[in-house]
Amino acid sequence: MNCEEAVSLLQPYTDGELDLVRHLQIEQHLQRCAACAEQEQHLRSLRVAIASPSLRYQAPESLRARLQAALPSETATPIVVRKRSMPAFQLATMAAGVLLLVGMSATMGMLLSHPSSLMDERLADAVFADHVRSIQVDHLTDVVSSDRHTVKPWFQGKLDFAPDVPDLSEHGYTMSGGRLDYLVDRPVAALVYLRRLHAINVFIRPAANEETKAVRSLTRQGFHIRQWQQSGMAYWAISDLNDEELDEFVRLFRAALPQATL
Amino acid sequence: MEADERRQFELTTLPHLDAAYNLARWLTRDEHAAEDTVQEAYCRAARYFKSFRGGDGRVWFLSIVRRVTFDWLEKRRSQEALPFNEDLHDQSDESANPEFVAIRKCDEATVRQALEELSPLLREVIALREIEGLSYQEIATVTQVPMGTVMSRLSRGRSQLQQRLAASQEGGSA
Ligand SMILES: [Zn+2]
Repeated sequence: MNCEEAVSLLQPYTDGELDLVRHLQIEQHLQRCAACAEQEQHLRSLRVAIASPSLRYQAPESLRARLQAALPSETATPIVVRKRSMPAFQLATMAAGVLLLVGMSATMGMLLSHPSSLMDERLADAVFADHVRSIQVDHLTDVVSSDRHTVKPWFQGKLDFAPDVPDLSEHGYTMSGGRLDYLVDRPVAALVYLRRLHAINVFIRPAANEETKAVRSLTRQGFHIRQWQQSGMAYWAISDLNDEELDEFVRLFRAALPQATL
Repeated sequence: MEADERRQFELTTLPHLDAAYNLARWLTRDEHAAEDTVQEAYCRAARYFKSFRGGDGRVWFLSIVRRVTFDWLEKRRSQEALPFNEDLHDQSDESANPEFVAIRKCDEATVRQALEELSPLLREVIALREIEGLSYQEIATVTQVPMGTVMSRLSRGRSQLQQRLAASQEGGSA
């Protein structure tokens, strides 16, 4: 690979958009060529320079209210709300998530006899429903803290297992807190990380068996899900981050877990 | 829209409301216009929901949002004389490979201004890639252009953004 080719592929390279073969070719070229390596550094410096979470605008509450009013309403499903009271327009969206979740658990029993891949698909639906609910009802966290030493003990006594809480802040994944949630009908620890205001939920609960399972990728409606099993625990990470960043997050997360039985 | 369908519709679109608003806000550069265009896109999406065949709700909703927003930009342009860089169509300035220069961490206001000064198509691609984190393929689907066009816009957008930021870092006394 010559310099001209290398430079023309620098952006897809740093964006993680190249196939493995060309990715490795560039990597080799950059090790040998100082000029191209400098261009790569400059390109990456732009991303660092503009990586400010506040650059992502968040939809104001007034807009959510307007959207609710914009469509003629025929649904008036009463919903029991947990915790603080929520405006009506949020209830409707939450209802959607909850109904999906209820539908899931009703079918869980018969699913247990199905192949594990189908089981995974169904769990992914539940993970998606939980994630959507958590970002929509403004109930991301029960314990708000960027400090793992606050979040980890918070789960004590609330669950019959102790989830590990990796600190990934030096890599740009800020800890936002944790909360108790239910995946289908079993309690899970939910850890919440933020990347440029994109929330990442990590659901953790003991795995059915001790075997280690490689990371699986699933998607639901524009949300990416990673699922794996490690040291007797089962993990689901979900976010609307792009695949590349979520993969990086999962790699860092896995590396930060205790390696004892790996 | 029946109750059941409406629930499905809300589940498809509302999780991506921040993404939709963020795109509209960067394109219109106006909070009220952004709310208006997202609302119109939401209503339009509801009308077309029957034609949505499942899959990626974010890409589907964003493609409608950007269409409505570009209509808004086009309409506003016909109402008032806009400066040159407001060109809504691709200038076929395919200047091979841009040269990149080193940029230090910028304060948020500087980045915001530099980004707002890019033309809409370049603002759009930067917002979708750098802020929203979409893949090239997803951006191509949202903006209805080939991947090659996405890459060349991204290249021009980054290069122009970098030049503006570099200039502000040289010029600024801070
Ligand atoms: Zn070279």
